[in-house]
Amino acid sequence: MPDLVTIGEQVIALAGANEEIEAYLLFERETSIRIYNSQVESLTSAESSGIGIRIIKDNKVGISYAGTLAENEIAAAIAQARDNARFGSYDPHAGIASPDGLQAPSLELWSADITTTPTERKIALALELERVTLSKDKRIRSLNSSNYGDVLAEVAIVNTSGIRSYSQQTYCWAWSYALASEDDETQTGYGLHASRDFAGLDIEFAADEAARKATRMLGATKPSSGLFSVVFEPDISSSIIGIISSTLSAEAVQRGRSIFAGRLNEQVANQGLTLIDDPADARFFSASTYDDEGLASRRNTLIEGGDLKSYLYDSYSARKEGTSSTGSAIRGGIAGSCSPGPRATMVLPGHQSAPEIIAGIEEGVLIQSISGIHSGVNPISGDFSVGAEGVWIKDGELANPVKEFTIASNLQKMLQEIRAIGSDLTFRPGGTAGVTLAIDAINVSGS
Amino acid sequence: MRAVDLLETYKNLENNVLDETLVNKVIRAALARGGDFAELFVEEKSTFSASIDDGLIEDLASGTARGAGIRVRVGETTGFAHTADLSETSLMRAVEAASSLARTSNRRVAQVGLNPRTFVAIDNDKATPGSIAKDRKIDLLKRLDAAGRGAGAAIRQVSAGYSDSLRRFLVANSEGVFVEEEQIRTRIAVSCVAIGDTGMQTGYETAAMTMGFELFDDIDLENLAVSAANRAILKLSARPTPSGQLPVVLNGLGGGVLFHEACGHGLEADHILKDSSVYTGRLGDLVASPLVTLLDDGTVHNQWGTYTHDDEGNVAGKNVLIENGILVDYMWDQTQGDRKSRASSGNGRRQSYAHLPMVRMTNTYLMPGAQTPQEIISDTERGIYVAKLGGGQVNTATGDFVFGMTEAYLIEDGQITFPLRDANLIGNGPEVLANIDAVANDFAIVPGTCGKDGQSVPVGCGQPTLRITRVTVGGTASA
Repeated sequence: MPDLVTIGEQVIALAGANEEIEAYLLFERETSIRIYNSQVESLTSAESSGIGIRIIKDNKVGISYAGTLAENEIAAAIAQARDNARFGSYDPHAGIASPDGLQAPSLELWSADITTTPTERKIALALELERVTLSKDKRIRSLNSSNYGDVLAEVAIVNTSGIRSYSQQTYCWAWSYALASEDDETQTGYGLHASRDFAGLDIEFAADEAARKATRMLGATKPSSGLFSVVFEPDISSSIIGIISSTLSAEAVQRGRSIFAGRLNEQVANQGLTLIDDPADARFFSASTYDDEGLASRRNTLIEGGDLKSYLYDSYSARKEGTSSTGSAIRGGIAGSCSPGPRATMVLPGHQSAPEIIAGIEEGVLIQSISGIHSGVNPISGDFSVGAEGVWIKDGELANPVKEFTIASNLQKMLQEIRAIGSDLTFRPGGTAGVTLAIDAINVSGS
Repeated sequence: MRAVDLLETYKNLENNVLDETLVNKVIRAALARGGDFAELFVEEKSTFSASIDDGLIEDLASGTARGAGIRVRVGETTGFAHTADLSETSLMRAVEAASSLARTSNRRVAQVGLNPRTFVAIDNDKATPGSIAKDRKIDLLKRLDAAGRGAGAAIRQVSAGYSDSLRRFLVANSEGVFVEEEQIRTRIAVSCVAIGDTGMQTGYETAAMTMGFELFDDIDLENLAVSAANRAILKLSARPTPSGQLPVVLNGLGGGVLFHEACGHGLEADHILKDSSVYTGRLGDLVASPLVTLLDDGTVHNQWGTYTHDDEGNVAGKNVLIENGILVDYMWDQTQGDRKSRASSGNGRRQSYAHLPMVRMTNTYLMPGAQTPQEIISDTERGIYVAKLGGGQVNTATGDFVFGMTEAYLIEDGQITFPLRDANLIGNGPEVLANIDAVANDFAIVPGTCGKDGQSVPVGCGQPTLRITRVTVGGTASA
């Protein structure tokens, strides 16, 4: 494995006069196994590395990347970033992060068994997941696939302002996609379990989930349209919470693209809602010691008791407002630019279980999957309209499965209409934890 | 001078000596333990992008990613490994990893000698991304910004992005395929935010083609920005969209994502052979209204989803999928084609050398009909007119799909009346295809990005104006 920090130091040593340089270095080792019909359909094993470079000169920013850590390629990338910086706009706030004195948290995000477990055992686990999923219910006719994946990632950020950060993390996951059939009908269900270490993977959990979701949809019909209470399962609420927290990015706020601009300390949600972004919480698979500019991860309270408390800042957006970074810099890999955003968001869980929440609903629908988030949720206008499937709720009990309908509302209205927040905080790969979430007055469009 | 091919490039790169001898050696080594098929895919992709936001030119970024992917297939199993290091040592290590599962097999095929190399070079030297000065690219962004802001006082924010890429790949396999190809793609997009009493609204426009900077010879940039801005302003006065089932007329200029989702993905052979598509076993059946003739066509000149060879070295096809409502064929890559002893239809694509190829669409479009768009609207008593579509998503096993509308109006008594807020529409593929009762004589292909199994590739979607008799509209007002 290359020593990322050392390479980063070599890069910033090339800074010219009045030049700031930031190097973001990445090394990843991944395994990906796909099983179909008791055979390995594909096995991928690979290592990759790369560097993203940001150069600031005369208050202008240029960036570049290389998909390798070879010396000559890095040299070419530095030259490109330097050239790009000539063409950027003059920006008084342009710059990289400076150390802010906050101690980095000590997090256990790495497990050796991801790399020491032989591939044969990983294959065996994925095969077992297929077998177990099939055995859960005789109506599971086949799996579209049963999968195992793992990743070991190392990230280093080194810059000319004194940032030296290095973090390493692993996680693995197993998921299956089940097809359930009865008569001429087919329904589908995903099940997934993820873990920091190989030993912690629970394929029973994934198999149960896939089988339950696929079989309980058999016989689903299109519901009739109307205004109902909607209960989102944790997997689904995490997508919605993720969209809401992304609108709290200071960049979106400063550039007039957030529904929450200018509303600090106002009540923006039902008072039961507290929203926290805490990448220093190791339960998140997106947790990390540092943010993507090399500042220590920390806990930020965004909404407390329904009141808007803070936006999320990286160093640039913070400088614009004369405030400090909240350690919320994110970037989309080596080729991505840096911006502030949520890294590990959760709703503070409530006290009710999912069945207790459902028991309080006269008529509504439990949502187990949604589609069309990209085409149907506009975080700027707040319009929300997505395809859905799930189970109808009648007199506090789960009744019949329903599909091919949409649910629609507006993000701001949904925050005010929160009816209940479950106690079942659930962590999955991705930057948001889920919880059973009930919201009133959502339009169901069916027949 | 510019048309230096990859092999030539690597001869001049320190430590990288990828020549025809090594290509042969890699494929031979990949099959040394047995196997039915082996492939070497080498790719180099250079990109440049820049954006304007809040009036500032920023995020000027360029870079290159280069590497090789090695694939070995034994029976139904594919081993795959990739490396960013093109030295012989590193390629052989990838061969070792990719062929590790072949150990247990005694299947063995002889490697066919490589065919003479086919090299498809881009034909317009003057328009390659590297030969265009960066300030000319930035100037496009400034023009979009100015035009968007000038479109009305309600426009409070404009952002725009430019990107280009030069992608060169080499693919060689144990069946003798030896192809090299260059592809240039250029894209521009603009997004406007309008503010009014009703809150904020957005409008978005994009133009993208498989070509170089000459893309901008034919594009009216100011018009593109004004169109995005006007859409944002228009939606400030939009009313809540109806909730429930209604007739829907889709504008022919608004994108063809309906077919991409309603049947495109479901006609990909990997879903078919796993029996996880509603179209499995339906060849020769009437699966759509007789007005529907649908093609997937990777040969449309310069379109966003166009190429000469796919990423497995097979020639792109103009493939008829549905003809007058009858299902004629699925889309195939090499792997699925081999499983059914038939040829690939040129639909094997991969996001990069670090990804396995699979069946993907190119440019998928519906053939035009006879009516005029106006006739269809006039003939609709009450319904929704969608002027611009958004993205979509489908579950191929159930056929249920959604697609978004980003500019829509109510139709009342055959007239387009007031604008509606954004929403998704939901339907079941085979039902919606059967419910198409009018197809007009206009036509356009719109660029998009298609995601499947975590891989993104550029595609085109096209259709004429058409009407669906009944589809569920996901709004908040009573229908």
